[in-house]
Amino acid sequence: MKDLKRVLLAEDNAKDVELTLAALDEYRLANDVVVVRDGAEAWDYLSRAGQYAGRPPGSPAVVLLDLKMPKVDGLEVLRRMKADATLRTVPVVMLTSSREEKDLIESYRLGANAYVVKPVAFDDFMRSVKSLGLFWAVLNEPPPGTVRRAA
Amino acid sequence: MSAPRGSIRQKLVTAMMLTSTTVVILTGAALIIYDTISSRQSLTRRLTTQAEILAANSTAALAFENTDDARQLLSGLKSDPSAVMAALYDRRGQLFALYPADAPASMAPAAPGKVGSRFESQTLVIIEPVEEDGRMLGTLYLKSDLRALTVRRRVFALVVLLAAAGSVAVAFVLANWLQSGIAGPVRLLANAAEQVAQGRDYSVRAKVASDDELGLLSNAFNGMLGEIQQRDAALRASEASLRQLNSDLERRVQARTAELQVSNRELEAFSYSVSHDLRAPLRHVDGFADLLTRHAGPSLDDKSRRYLATISDSAKSMGVLIDDLLSFSRMGRSEMQHAHVSLREMVAEVRQGMSSDLTGREIVWEIGDLPDVVGDAAMLRAALTNLLSNAVKYTRGRSPARISIGVREENDEIVLYVRDNGAGFDMAYQDKLFGVFQRLHSAEEFEGTGIGLANVRRIVQRHGGRVWAEGKVGEGAAFFIALPRAGSAQAQHEEAA
Repeated sequence: MKDLKRVLLAEDNAKDVELTLAALDEYRLANDVVVVRDGAEAWDYLSRAGQYAGRPPGSPAVVLLDLKMPKVDGLEVLRRMKADATLRTVPVVMLTSSREEKDLIESYRLGANAYVVKPVAFDDFMRSVKSLGLFWAVLNEPPPGTVRRAA
Repeated sequence: MSAPRGSIRQKLVTAMMLTSTTVVILTGAALIIYDTISSRQSLTRRLTTQAEILAANSTAALAFENTDDARQLLSGLKSDPSAVMAALYDRRGQLFALYPADAPASMAPAAPGKVGSRFESQTLVIIEPVEEDGRMLGTLYLKSDLRALTVRRRVFALVVLLAAAGSVAVAFVLANWLQSGIAGPVRLLANAAEQVAQGRDYSVRAKVASDDELGLLSNAFNGMLGEIQQRDAALRASEASLRQLNSDLERRVQARTAELQVSNRELEAFSYSVSHDLRAPLRHVDGFADLLTRHAGPSLDDKSRRYLATISDSAKSMGVLIDDLLSFSRMGRSEMQHAHVSLREMVAEVRQGMSSDLTGREIVWEIGDLPDVVGDAAMLRAALTNLLSNAVKYTRGRSPARISIGVREENDEIVLYVRDNGAGFDMAYQDKLFGVFQRLHSAEEFEGTGIGLANVRRIVQRHGGRVWAEGKVGEGAAFFIALPRAGSAQAQHEEAA
């Protein structure tokens, strides 16, 4: 877990983590994902603090942030990232169950790159996560200093 | 308060003075005239008596033609300073003797003239016959000036003038004293009226100074003031209680508003957690059922696979229910943004958005003239989408399906209708049509959660309008939305503010 991975998934719900990883595995991306269970841990990973102090430098190609998490919520992590000179350029996808308009507006206002509502239907959920992984971790050219897929 | 010009006091005094002065002048004049006449008469009588005495005394002198005696007799007139001249004529009419003795003969008239008395210029002349035993001896001519008369007249005029002046002075004093009985109460009444008018003080009362008509007037005025005071007090009291009621009402409205805001916030927090937390377990149910199917699918029998499919379907339909319920709740809470909305364009957009549902369908659209309305565009679009998709859904199986959309403009509202020739409904259930999760068809027959028309009603009600429907089983249905015009005007006003 100390390795540098291309996808950072911040999600407090273990079942959602499992379902997300199952979806990402369709593109063999599951091993490229580092999972954190709350906002504080996500921030530690991104800022190489706490238990992640010793991880190799560099940023993930994409951060999948659950909106509602214990300790520090997704919006706060997003706010901190956008205030940080190096992390500002890392693409962030908000992943949430909430369709509330105010969350959507606040996320975009803080600079989220995408906002995805997790569908109840699993096949829709699969499709969403798979295309997210494909786009952000495979197709998208990330900013310099981020982890690239081994050729 | 100073007496106004031409006050009732002045008028009364003037009237009384004019009357009394006129009376005094007329009385004085009458007295003077009467006295002049009577003093002339008494003067004439006195002189006539004097002439008669003289005439009687001069009979001897005339009979004996003794001039000296006659002169002597006439000179007795010296004692009367007003006697100007006297002459004695003989029976032939010749001047016999003259007084004063040294006066020229020409001073006496040539002939004595007619017997009697007459006033000549500033003199009184008496001509008296001198007779003895009926025998005419001569004539006496006596002339007196009117000195005594003039003096008497002057004195009398002065007395009358003084009496008149005194009377007028007394009349003035009396008039001033008497007028206060009339003008005084009037002044008191006027003062009271002015005090009321200036100070709006209805507790003022006019003093009742007499029991005549003025007293009646003052009493009536006081009675009126009492009435006004009572009504004023009642008015003030009701105003005060109205103000009290108003402020109570305001306080209550504020309290209720605060309560409403709190419960609105709670509702929002509730719907947020419903949205977030209720959907997650459903996603897991469906997700893991799906993963199980993938993982163990080949080794499962058909029955087990059908069970798994049912688990997935149920989870999905509950997800749809939650989404619908949330959208219904949002429809009731979200703030309205009023704008001019073209119904014609909106219907075209909604039809465009439904194109995927229209493939393979034969639908005849009849779209009438659609005006602009004022309302929340997003909400109105949601309502129209519901009605049109219902029309499309419930005409499934009709070929061709007919859907007509039009507007009927009435006095104070704009009525939009959507009519179809679809499955229709039993009018007995029309109350249930617009209820939340109320359905008249089974999910197998026509899919849906039963939230659509509830949303339509909520949207229209928030616009101040009303909804209703008409239908017949197997023949079709018509849905009506009536939007108020007055509400449109108010919305325009809010938009401009």
